[in-house]
Amino acid sequence: MNNAAFNITRMRASYGNKEVLKGITITILPNSVTALIGPSGCGKSTFIRSLNRINDLIPSFQISGDIIYRQKDIYGQETDVVELRRRIGMVFQKPNPFPKSIYENIAYGLRIHGLNIKDIIDETVESSLKKAALWDEVKDNLKQNALTLSGGQQQRLCIARTLATQPEALLFDEPCSALDPISTAKIEELIHQLKKSYTIIIVTHNMQQAARVSDYSGFFLLGELVEFGKTQDIFTAPKDKRTEDYITGRFG
Amino acid sequence: MERHLDEKLQELKADILGMGGLVEHAIGASVEALKQLDRDAAEKVIASDKAIDELELAVDEKCLDLLALYQPMAVDLRFITMAMKIATDLERMADLAVDIAQRVIELAGKPLLKPLVDIPQLAMLTQKMTAEALDAFVNSDTQKAKKVILDDRAADALRNRVQEELINKYIAKDSSLIPRAMPLLLIARHLERVCDHATNIAEDVIYMVEAKVVKHHQERLSAPFN
Repeated sequence: MNNAAFNITRMRASYGNKEVLKGITITILPNSVTALIGPSGCGKSTFIRSLNRINDLIPSFQISGDIIYRQKDIYGQETDVVELRRRIGMVFQKPNPFPKSIYENIAYGLRIHGLNIKDIIDETVESSLKKAALWDEVKDNLKQNALTLSGGQQQRLCIARTLATQPEALLFDEPCSALDPISTAKIEELIHQLKKSYTIIIVTHNMQQAARVSDYSGFFLLGELVEFGKTQDIFTAPKDKRTEDYITGRFG
Repeated sequence: MERHLDEKLQELKADILGMGGLVEHAIGASVEALKQLDRDAAEKVIASDKAIDELELAVDEKCLDLLALYQPMAVDLRFITMAMKIATDLERMADLAVDIAQRVIELAGKPLLKPLVDIPQLAMLTQKMTAEALDAFVNSDTQKAKKVILDDRAADALRNRVQEELINKYIAKDSSLIPRAMPLLLIARHLERVCDHATNIAEDVIYMVEAKVVKHHQERLSAPFN
């Protein structure tokens, strides 16, 4: 599909001899939220980490298949990985702000991408924090150390930091698992807002969260994509018995 | 893996069955009261309705608890939401048994307008459809559920026949017969409405088992499920 954001065909991945993805074929549409669910070790994190090549840092990691983003091969020789990660941003399970000020957390990414004009940086810091629904809470304390923020605020700061470099797609790897329900609700609301402008993929262990935030859902099991479809269908009437058993808590 | 939820779902199923048993009994008793024009039996049907109303509330409450506490998905979600709808249908069926009993009380003590022919037949079909809808629910039997849905046409036809006969042969010819004709006409209508609720239950069973919506889409009954 030409209008797809990600077009993945027969993606296989392994760490050394251990194959963790056994031929994943999936199309991710732009401006939608896709949730990936499945028990621990099913390959869902490896899958999204492969989309912006974070796994490149693991020496034994090997990957094959057609892994296409916007009609470009993510693993192609001409792909600039820094630029790829700017376009496809990632937010991790545990908030990981830099031990710097709130302002610097966002300005840092802009500077390493070569932007040094203070007014533009100021503006981007503000607009990113606004998009991440954090501005009102921190606007008077931008010089404050980011590590003094609450976990939920830190996670939104990490989202703001990712948004600052103007990505097109956002990968969330369990973004709420370390957060309380209020912070979780804020992140979910944010994801809902962000999908108007971004393609979002979220890995989550929280089934209700997947059901709430996503348009499409995929169920991974033992390195295979067992079922993929509209979220509504997956959670009310899954087609595969294994999906049914997993989401109703019969195993997993 | 055995889940705590399974035990709760079994309880819910038992509640629906208990309610179904009472409803079947109420319908049977109202039909029996009609055949005998037995005022006392009709009064008993009316008195028995309260227990069914209370069971409906209990089922609703149980379903809401399960939804809130377990956040069920997929087949569990379908089972619980359909249990709620089925309880509503069963309660309405019991109300219709009460309606029939009230018509019996109106008819009692007066000579019947005519010997009952089609109404007993409709009553038999009503009891059969009710029993089969409940069977379909207990056994997750979609074939039986489909049969109930298809039988509903026969119920409609019988109701129409009773209606036409009473209107054309009696009400239209002699308005003084209206007080004796109307209760019969209404009974046919009540029985047919019971069949509609049995049909609803059957449709809910198909959704519960196959996740296929056949309500308002009878053509889907014959289509293969995918």
